[in-house]
This record gives sequence, structure tokens and C-alpha cells, in this order.
Amino acid sequence: MSVFDGLKFRKVHSPIHNLDPRMKFIYVIALFVVAILFGQIIPLLALFVLQLPFVLLARVQRQWLRSLRGAAFLAAFIFVINIVTRFFYSGYVLTGADWEYSAAMSLRFVVLVESFSVFFLTTSPDHLGLALEQTRVPYEFSFAFTTAVRFVPVLAEEAQTIMDAQKARGLEMEKGNFMKKIRNYIPVLIPLIVSAIRRSLELAEAMESRAWGATKKRTNLYALKLHRGDFALLALTVGILAVSIYVYLFIPVPTLVELL
Amino acid sequence: MAVIETKNVSYTYPGATKPSISDVTIKVEKGEFVLITGPSGCGKTTLCRCFNGLIPHFYQGELKGEVIVAGMDVTQHQTHEMAKHVGLVFQNPENQLFALSVEKDVAFGLENLGYPREEMRKRVDWALNLTGIYDLRERSPHEVSGGQQQRVAIAAVLAMQPEIIVLDEPTSFLDPLSAEKIFDVIYELNQKIGITVVLVEHRLDLTAKYANHIIIMDEGKVCFDGSPREILSAEETRLIGVGIPKATFLYKLLKKEGINLSNVTPLSSEELSKLLRGVLEAK
Amino acid sequence: MIEVEDVHYVYPSGVEALKGVSLAIKDGEFIAIMGQNGAGKTTLVKHFNGLLKPTQGNVRINGVDTRKASIAELARNVGFVFQNPDHQLFSETVEEEISFALKNFGFEPGVIEKRLDWALNLLGLTQYRKTSPFLLSGGERKRVALASVLAWDPQVLVLDEPTIGQDHQQKENLRQFIIQMQSQGKTVVIVTHDVEFVAECSPRVILMKEGKIVADGEGKEILTNPEVLAQSSIVLPQVAQIFTQLTALGLPKDVIDIYEAKEILLKALKERQK
Repeated sequence: MSVFDGLKFRKVHSPIHNLDPRMKFIYVIALFVVAILFGQIIPLLALFVLQLPFVLLARVQRQWLRSLRGAAFLAAFIFVINIVTRFFYSGYVLTGADWEYSAAMSLRFVVLVESFSVFFLTTSPDHLGLALEQTRVPYEFSFAFTTAVRFVPVLAEEAQTIMDAQKARGLEMEKGNFMKKIRNYIPVLIPLIVSAIRRSLELAEAMESRAWGATKKRTNLYALKLHRGDFALLALTVGILAVSIYVYLFIPVPTLVELL
Repeated sequence: MAVIETKNVSYTYPGATKPSISDVTIKVEKGEFVLITGPSGCGKTTLCRCFNGLIPHFYQGELKGEVIVAGMDVTQHQTHEMAKHVGLVFQNPENQLFALSVEKDVAFGLENLGYPREEMRKRVDWALNLTGIYDLRERSPHEVSGGQQQRVAIAAVLAMQPEIIVLDEPTSFLDPLSAEKIFDVIYELNQKIGITVVLVEHRLDLTAKYANHIIIMDEGKVCFDGSPREILSAEETRLIGVGIPKATFLYKLLKKEGINLSNVTPLSSEELSKLLRGVLEAK
Repeated sequence: MIEVEDVHYVYPSGVEALKGVSLAIKDGEFIAIMGQNGAGKTTLVKHFNGLLKPTQGNVRINGVDTRKASIAELARNVGFVFQNPDHQLFSETVEEEISFALKNFGFEPGVIEKRLDWALNLLGLTQYRKTSPFLLSGGERKRVALASVLAWDPQVLVLDEPTIGQDHQQKENLRQFIIQMQSQGKTVVIVTHDVEFVAECSPRVILMKEGKIVADGEGKEILTNPEVLAQSSIVLPQVAQIFTQLTALGLPKDVIDIYEAKEILLKALKERQK
């Protein structure tokens, strides 16, 4: 059942988790923009290092490393592609600058992926749903989002039970050729779909019974309020953007090769 | 004063050939603890769905007769209007919790009704405390047991402060101890805040002692309607497949042998053993 | 014959659901495995047909180590009926649903036909042969699920929470069915927390708690022991409740059957009258 454990969510408290998801989102977008602005390795390294305190404060280093590992393959791929094209373009020679540029490109990819992973690792789904609700996204959408998060692990467990039930009746899912294997999934899919439909009817019934749609002006138990930390993050975001734009416009960024 | 009153109610689901309930006339008084029971498919659940207007608004179909709940005709009021007066708790706890935290779920109805935040907070905490799950308020529904989930569902309808709470086999997925805890919570609500309870349940052995009114249904019709002692001492009850409490059954077995322990039929093992002690110790 | 030898099972998530369980079930026995949710009951029985393989220790079915056999091979001997019939029904007709396993196990068409008739008849489903299982009532769907396992005539029948959501009459039918299986020499294992049902059937009771077996013995002996039951959060059956409150009068404590209770009380009452 380990596959499904990652889908279960739980409320975590840390200075980063407690930040307003909207602010975190703006911060991530800013990082994104800066990463696109610069193609040199030094600012990209700086951006990468900038995320470390976030990860450590939120105590998600393990999950973060896991997502890094996930991105590693694509990053390596980007590196190889860059090296190969540079090699052909510059007449079958590779300089230090070529190596550095390729490394910078894959680092840029890593920075882009990581900034989003930090956001999702430190934002609980209910917080995210709340942010959706309070940014004028129609309530039906944010409700659909949180309900989906709520029921994914339930359905995953159900799929496991159904598979067990059919295996207990002699179904061998891995047996046969390709077409047969696909057909083997029918006894699992049909009960899963039927039960999902039944479940959604029951859910609808329960929602109706709890005054769903009673008023257009729906209220909310929680309110997202900006705290000191959120303003600090906002200031940090504006600072990063300002410095980056200034550097981008007025200071030529040296490459490592030039520095050495 | 009657809070639920049905007159000659018959209902047929869309597409069904015969009615699921027919000619049901019952009356539930304010503050009562009513037990509705009967074999599977007897129409208990269908009747419950009439109480808050799920029938006819959500299920459509053909409803005949009159259903008046909390002074309102359910055909004239939408389910979300009825929700403030009648809370429905369903069998499967998993399928009636939608939020990612317990307290958010309890607030769901109030949010829908547009209550201001301070009022909501007060009522949510009140409902959480009454059902004994205040400490679980920040948990996700996944992290709590089935019994606790069902208590969340009860708190969620309580928060709307209805006059009536209707529970449709709320414990059939639970182990006996969790079930007993749920019944205790319901009974306490009935005693403490005077809420009218309608409980649908197979297991009379666990619940008969709480009730002061029992309705037994079979094949869509009401076949017994009265006080627990009166009904459970009747001979026919066993014939239509309703399991009566073992203590009551044992009392009846002894009575058949010519031993009348008391003129009041016992409903629980405590009551019966008290009677037995009285007879056996006296000599 | 099922032999479980010091079995530990750890789920991939790291939860240790079984912590050293040993057990032997002889052919023809009737066993109720009881305990709270999360005690490891279902994890244990899933070892009987190989759905789970022990992390440590051994499970042998008729001498065969479950690690060395496929689920399909083991299932021939151990039929497993899941709690919710909707987790397995998928065919267009009841007939197809019941033949599903027979086809998987490679029975000859003629044999399938025979087994099908037999199973339909045994569970009173013949009239629904061509009906879609999805159009049947809850109780009927449960019977179809049972028939679809019974059809291949396994030696052992495992029923997971068979009484959940069942009314009095349906439980009585189930009890009769189990008695019938018993008389044919089948091994029946039920996983349940329905004390009253177990008290009426009076099987061998295995009580589990936190991945271990805490009691194993006659129903009459275990279900009347309040200390043992309390450990597993199980309440005494009602008849036993009555008798524990009468111990001061010199009546026996280990009574769970209502008719036995009647006889004892009649005798006691007559003695007092003398």
C-alpha cells in the first residue's frame, strides 16, 4: 500500500507551512521569472541556494531530496543535449564555457522544478483549497479540488481491495498477451466505477442534507490573514526581483570561466 | 406536539414498478427517541429520506400523502431549508465527510447557510464538544477511526442546531464498542438538549433500552407502532424477522414455561438479571 | 489444514500488522477470528490464500508453503468472500459472475455448467440466473458473491465480516448455511466483531489484539471471560452479561446459548421453590 501513502495528507505546522499560500505562490513565480532571466551559472546557483533555508525551516528535506532525484534524470538529459549541440556547432571542440553553459541550463531546469516542489511540499491541500476559495475562484471548483484530494486515497484503497477480491477468484492479472492483460483489468475497473458512482450519489445526498446551495453568499470557517511572516516573504520577493532586474540591466554577470 | 407527522404516505422511486413505502401514517412527538426497525428492504431508509425532503426533491419519483416536519410541508420546502430543522446522518461515515479537516467538515452546513464566522466558530466548538471530538478538530478524516468519523458526521448536522436528528443505521460498519459509544452520544443529546431522535437500526438488542417509541416496518408498511415494552412483549414481533433483545427473549421463554418474573417486560440484561436476582434471592 | 508458524507481517508502509502469530486449523473446523479494527484479523486471513505472504515465519496450506504457490493455486483450496459484494461483482448476469472463477481455474464447460447449477440452487439464486447482479438487493448481491466463491468447492471458506448490515433473518440464514457447510466437512473461518452472532454459532474463537493472538479456545470459554474480552474491546454477549450478574447466586458463569440459559434458570427456579 506504500504507493498510496504519498497521497495521504496531514496537517503540518512549520513557519513555512503557516505562510499564506498566495504569498508563497507569488514568491515561486518571482523565482521562476528570475531563473528565466539569467542563463549564467552564478545567479542560478544563488537561486538554488536560496531555497535551502526554506526547505530546512519546513523540515521537508527528505521529500525535497526525493523530488530532486526525480528531476535528476531530465536534468541530465538537458545537459547532454546541450553539450552535444554545442559540440557540433562550435566545430567539434568543447571549451570550458560550453560545459558551464550546459550545466547552467540543467541547473535552471532544476531551479524551476524545485521552486514548485517547495510550494507543494509546504502547502497543505486544505490551505490550497482555501486559497482557491478566497481568490474568487468559484466555490464549486475549490470544493471539487478538496474533495478529490480527500477521496484519492479512499479510491486507491478500494482499488486494492477489488484487486484482492478478484485475485482470490483466480484472476491472474499478469497472465496472457497484451490484449489479454488489458482485458484482465475489466473485473477490477467495473466494480471500481460502479462503486465510485454509488459513492458520488451518497455524497450528493449528504451534501444536500447539509444545506448545499442554500445561499449564494457562502461563508468560510477559516480566513486567510496575512501575518508578519507573509509580509517578510513579500518583501523578500520584491527584493529579489529588484536586485535581479538591476543586475540584469546594469551589471554584466561574469561566467565562472571568466572569473577563474 | 408532533414534530414529524406523515399521513398516508406512499412513494415510488423513478423507474420502480411498485412503491417502496405505502400508506405510512406515523407521528413523532417532540423530544422522543424513536427507533425504526424492520427487515432489509422494508422501506426504513426511504421513510427517512422523506423527513428532510430528499424525497421528493433529490430523488424525484412519485410521492403521495402528506409529510409535515417541524411544521413544514416537505414538498414545499427545499432540502437545504429543511436542513436547519432536520439533520440526517447516513450509514457509511466515509461518504458523508468531504472536507480535509474535522472542524471544516462540521462547519460545512453553516458555511452553506452563510453564517458569520464568529457564530460559526461558537457552534462548531459546541458541536465538537457535545460529541466528544474536540481534540480531533484539526485531524483529517482519514486519520480518525470509523466510530470517530461517525461522530464527526453527527457533529456536522448538530452544528446546524436542528430540532430533529435522523440516523440511518449509523453503526452498521462499526465494532460493537464504537457502536455503543455512538448510541450513548445520541442518547445524551436526546437527554441534554432535548433533540428529537429518529434512529433506524437492526440491532434492537443494543438500542431498545434507549427508545421510548418503536416503529416496526415490513414491506413498505408500518406494522407495529408503540412503546418498546408493549411491542417487544407482543408475540408476532419475532415472526417478521426482527431480532429482539436476548434478555427479552429469555424472559419470554421462561414465561412460556409458566414463570412470570414480572408484568413489565425487561429490555436489557441489567433489567432481567435484576428480576432474576429478586426472585432467586428472596427465598 | 492451515498451519501458521510465528508469522510476522509488515506492510510496505512500515506498519507491523502481525507480530508473531502461530495457529493451526484442522479440516472441518469452524473458527471465528475476533478483535478490534486494526487488530490484524484481515491481515491474518489474507495469508490463507496467499494474498499476503509472511514477512517472517511460514504459512502452509495442506503442507504447501504459501510463498511457493500462486494466489490462484492457493485459492483452489481456500475460498475468500470479501465483506462488500460490490467489490467483486462485474458481470452482466449472475450466471457469468458465478462462472468467472470456474473459467479462471480452467474447469471443463460441462463441469462449469454443473457447478453453476449446484451453487445457484444452494443459495436460492436459480431464478436470478439471467439477471444482472446490479439489479439485485443488497442481501441477494451478498449471496451471489458467496455463490461465486462456493462454486469451485474450496475446502476452506473464509468469510470477512459476513454479518455487517445484515438483518436478523439474513443472519439466521447465514448461520444455517454455515451449519450446512460444516456437515459437509468444510472448514469455515469467519472474521467478525459480531459477538451475538458468534455466541449463537459457538465456534472456536481466536481473539486478536495488536497483531497477536491473545486467546484461542472454545467460544463458550472465551466469550464469558470479561477480562480477556475487555482487552480486545469486545463486549460480552447478552446472555453472558445476564449470568455474570448472577454469579453470587451460585449459577454457572459460562453460558452463551439462550436455550441452555433457559434450562439452567428453570432448574434454579424450581430448586428455590422447593
